[in-house]
Amino acid sequence: MIETKRFRLSLTSQRALAGIIFVLPFVIGFMLFFAYPFVQAIQFSLSDLKVTTTGYTLTYIGLENYRKALFVNPNYVRNLVGVFGKMLAEVPVIIGFSFFAAVLLSQEFKGRLLARLIFFLPVILGSGIVLRIEQWDLMHALLETGGTEGGGVFGGEVANFLMQFKLPESAVTYIVSTVEQIPRIIRSSGIQIVIFLAGLESIPSSFYEASEIEGASGWESFWMITFPMLTPLILTNVVYTIIDSFTAPDNTLVTMIQDGAFSNLGFGQSMAMTIMYFAVIAAVLAVVMRVLSKGVFYHD
Amino acid sequence: MTSGLLAKKNASPASRIVSRFRLTTFMSLVWSLIRTVLIVGICFIIIHPLLIKVTSSFMTLEDIIDSSARWLPLQPSFVGYRLAFNLMNYPVALWNSLTLATLVGVLQLVSCSLVGYGLARFKFPGNSLVFGLAIFTLIVPPQMISIPLYLNFRFFNFFGLSETPINLLNTYWPFALTSMTANGFRNGLHIFIMRQFFKGMPGDLEEAAYVDGAGPFRTFFSVMLPSAIPAMVIVFLFSFVWQWNDYFLTMTFLRNSETLPIALQALPERYFASADSNDVTQYSTILNNAGSLMLMAPLILLYAVAQRFFLESVSRTGIVG
Repeated sequence: MIETKRFRLSLTSQRALAGIIFVLPFVIGFMLFFAYPFVQAIQFSLSDLKVTTTGYTLTYIGLENYRKALFVNPNYVRNLVGVFGKMLAEVPVIIGFSFFAAVLLSQEFKGRLLARLIFFLPVILGSGIVLRIEQWDLMHALLETGGTEGGGVFGGEVANFLMQFKLPESAVTYIVSTVEQIPRIIRSSGIQIVIFLAGLESIPSSFYEASEIEGASGWESFWMITFPMLTPLILTNVVYTIIDSFTAPDNTLVTMIQDGAFSNLGFGQSMAMTIMYFAVIAAVLAVVMRVLSKGVFYHD
Repeated sequence: MTSGLLAKKNASPASRIVSRFRLTTFMSLVWSLIRTVLIVGICFIIIHPLLIKVTSSFMTLEDIIDSSARWLPLQPSFVGYRLAFNLMNYPVALWNSLTLATLVGVLQLVSCSLVGYGLARFKFPGNSLVFGLAIFTLIVPPQMISIPLYLNFRFFNFFGLSETPINLLNTYWPFALTSMTANGFRNGLHIFIMRQFFKGMPGDLEEAAYVDGAGPFRTFFSVMLPSAIPAMVIVFLFSFVWQWNDYFLTMTFLRNSETLPIALQALPERYFASADSNDVTQYSTILNNAGSLMLMAPLILLYAVAQRFFLESVSRTGIVG
């Protein structure tokens, strides 16, 4: 009796040891290349950092860097508010669009494979340097505005069309600016579509068959099966989209901090800016997860 | 509601079925029409910038200025490609990008699979803490870590072990070290994908291997990994592509090395500094577009090769949880 018990115990601890060995690379890396620089970032933000030939020196200056970032720097607060507002406007649209696109792509039709390949193309091409180059490029500017002032691919026509209904000008501007964002929205939804599509394909078809026998219409089974089954993924995608929008390389605040660290701002102030930015991201995510997790339905 | 339906059904079963059949065929016809329009439209919006790049990369200066040549070049020419090829030092930049992205992709794939498997299949104290930390690394803006890391790698003293610091900048070490330890760009996501995939795999195979006397590492390499190929394709593709397109991290750790994004970024500047420059701003648009396509071409090739795996992986990976 005692023998077997002992053997079992050592087996579980053997398994535990193996598990620890598997995750050890990450734990070591986390300490050296994440936790350590993370603490350093906080230290730098409270100091005046001077690079010398053999290293760097730190002089403690308290909250001076934070004060400078908030009250002296003319762009930081403005960019922070701008980035936050852009995220708020974009996330619901991206989630809605990628959900819709995934439903489209999950249906059977001719050329589905090709359509999927094109929809996922932005995952491969839609990041980094090419986007930055596009923003300055003349030919893109010329073609995307289509010759009209401030319109996107269809911005101009949409504005003319809406004007006929005598809508207030502010409403028209809002709709037009949303429409102008369509290409951007589509191109930043790649991974979200992948995640939703994977979710749609994992719903057992027996659910739909059962509901069809019960007499449910397509509309009903969408709201009773598809939507609730995908709610956990909506949460995942909302979190992913927020992180993506906040840390994207073409984000104005990220660019400003990154470029500034090596030029006008210095390491100390740019670290103070990142830490406050990080606090904002963490707060936004905490609120979003709290609100959304109430509505999530877990199948098992 | 059910009884109502039944009553209706009993009233005139045949006619109801016929009319319902007509209605549904009509509706599905309308829907498939709407769907086609939507899909074609969205595809067009995605491809549109790519088309602009292709057409304007073949233009000459006259075509750019001439507004009648907005869509198609009047005299297609390779002058943009030739210039971009030389100014970007394309073969060198391509080689640098290829080696760096492959190194990063392979190392991140290995480390993230190991960690993902450890988190998915083993109970040990701190398992959920480690998983939480991996997710936590995702929400911290990358610059907050990369800028202190820049100084650590500039004066690398093996974390206090060595007296004389060495400079690891402008080597591949910063990338190798962070990738090896699953702490590279967005590795939290890769760990998440691998963990979810392994969690979703049935335990039978693994148990059989254990019964046959294989240890956890043999089981992992000979039984689990071969079945995890769909998830591994996604993880490799993501880490390769993100490294390939990366500008910021490369600019931080590899200032002097030429990868494709860095060469592309410097293209207009180099053109204006070069001998055969016309000093015409419009010229940079031809160069930028030709250069962007030259950066994207290998990725499109990779995507075309990997697409079957990729599409299959999407439905088979348990990213879903």
